Amino acid sequence: MRYEAPETLEAAVTLLANEPGEARVLAGGTDLLVQLKTDIIAPQLLVDIKRIAELREVKREAGGFRIGAAVTGAELKEHPELKTVWPGVVEAANLIGSTQVQGRATLGGNLCNASPAADSVPALIAAGARVTVVGPNGRRDLPVENVVLGPRRLALEKGEFVVSFFLPPRPPRSADAYLRFIPRTEMDIAVVGAGVNLTLNEEGKVTAARVGLGAVAARPLLVPEAAEALVGSSLEDQALARFEEAVRSACQPIDDKRGTREFRIKVAGVMARRAALKAYERARSR
Amino acid sequence: MAKHHIAFTVNGDPVETLCETEETLLDVLRNGLGLTGTKEGCGTGDCGACSVILDGRLVCSCLVLGVEANGKSVETIEGMARGDELHPLQRKFLEHAALQCGICTPGFLVAAKALLDRNPNPTETEVRYWLAGNLCRCTGYDKIVRAVLDAAAEMRRA
Repeated sequence: MRYEAPETLEAAVTLLANEPGEARVLAGGTDLLVQLKTDIIAPQLLVDIKRIAELREVKREAGGFRIGAAVTGAELKEHPELKTVWPGVVEAANLIGSTQVQGRATLGGNLCNASPAADSVPALIAAGARVTVVGPNGRRDLPVENVVLGPRRLALEKGEFVVSFFLPPRPPRSADAYLRFIPRTEMDIAVVGAGVNLTLNEEGKVTAARVGLGAVAARPLLVPEAAEALVGSSLEDQALARFEEAVRSACQPIDDKRGTREFRIKVAGVMARRAALKAYERARSR
Repeated sequence: MAKHHIAFTVNGDPVETLCETEETLLDVLRNGLGLTGTKEGCGTGDCGACSVILDGRLVCSCLVLGVEANGKSVETIEGMARGDELHPLQRKFLEHAALQCGICTPGFLVAAKALLDRNPNPTETEVRYWLAGNLCRCTGYDKIVRAVLDAAAEMRRA
């Protein structure tokens, strides 16, 4: 197995595109190294992208934020503004693993590991994040919800990898929240995850909403029907009941050791409702 | 494939060694450099026994490739005591009997040091969350948490 740590995007693309065997991108390595050790993957080439400056920075851009794919959870937490503007995205990223894992784990890695239960992905979907990808044909942008096709399957071509995430500008009275269900208090994989992002008008009515769900289908989901149930409401009981129903209707979970299908559908409604209320409180206090 | 030649610092001292791509930083520390204070527990980032500080960040050395450490600084348990003088955390672990079999202890000490370097006055809750990635099957954690809080208090007085 070869290891390369290029310092430019172009060099990384060339390495990935020209490898005749299997090539893997190494960001934080918290999933990749485990998969190597347990022989789930056996690539001929590892391309470490952490020495490419663009992938390691968080910056303001066009009124929003651009987050490099290899920025760690610990760095997101320490960023002076990000947690204030996007509390849901940051709390989701910070739920991944231990302090040690936070020192390494990245948003790009969490997305490209392509697990249906990835914590940061439903929050990024709710946030309306767009992903910038680079490859042999140059750069392209796509909505984060279009990147994962199913477990371990990505909508990326050979030689392509994720460069950064763009979080759009925030209208006034906007906030997001992410909640997950796990049977322990910490350090576990989501049985259900729910991210909600809201914008309110001056009367406290929802003018825009986005909802992302994790671990309830083969890939993280955007649920526009659930978002529509909240628009025009102040999260009254009736609106929340319609919202929960839309969330549950979108779920197509499996039965596994973490939870049954029935349990996941039920809990998805509960988690999404609580996330919506949390996002609403945050948005109202702005 | 030729081995990688890597150069980095361990506890401030420059070191050079060779490693295969597959070798983790944990392998390099223990087998390449003979620094066996860092322990291997699970090897998959779940237990924290292999905790080291890499360029100021607490990480599991089993989840870092050795070749990734090239040019970086690594702090291990071997760097905690100054000669015969134990670090306050080490002394408090002994005083509070915060270890039994000892396999997890270097990882706990390195992780606790990383916490106190950042936050000299953590609450009990902060200590417990920070150390949630370090598993101990002997003590039940209470003695470890008390030792860390006591060490922090002593270090603040110093």
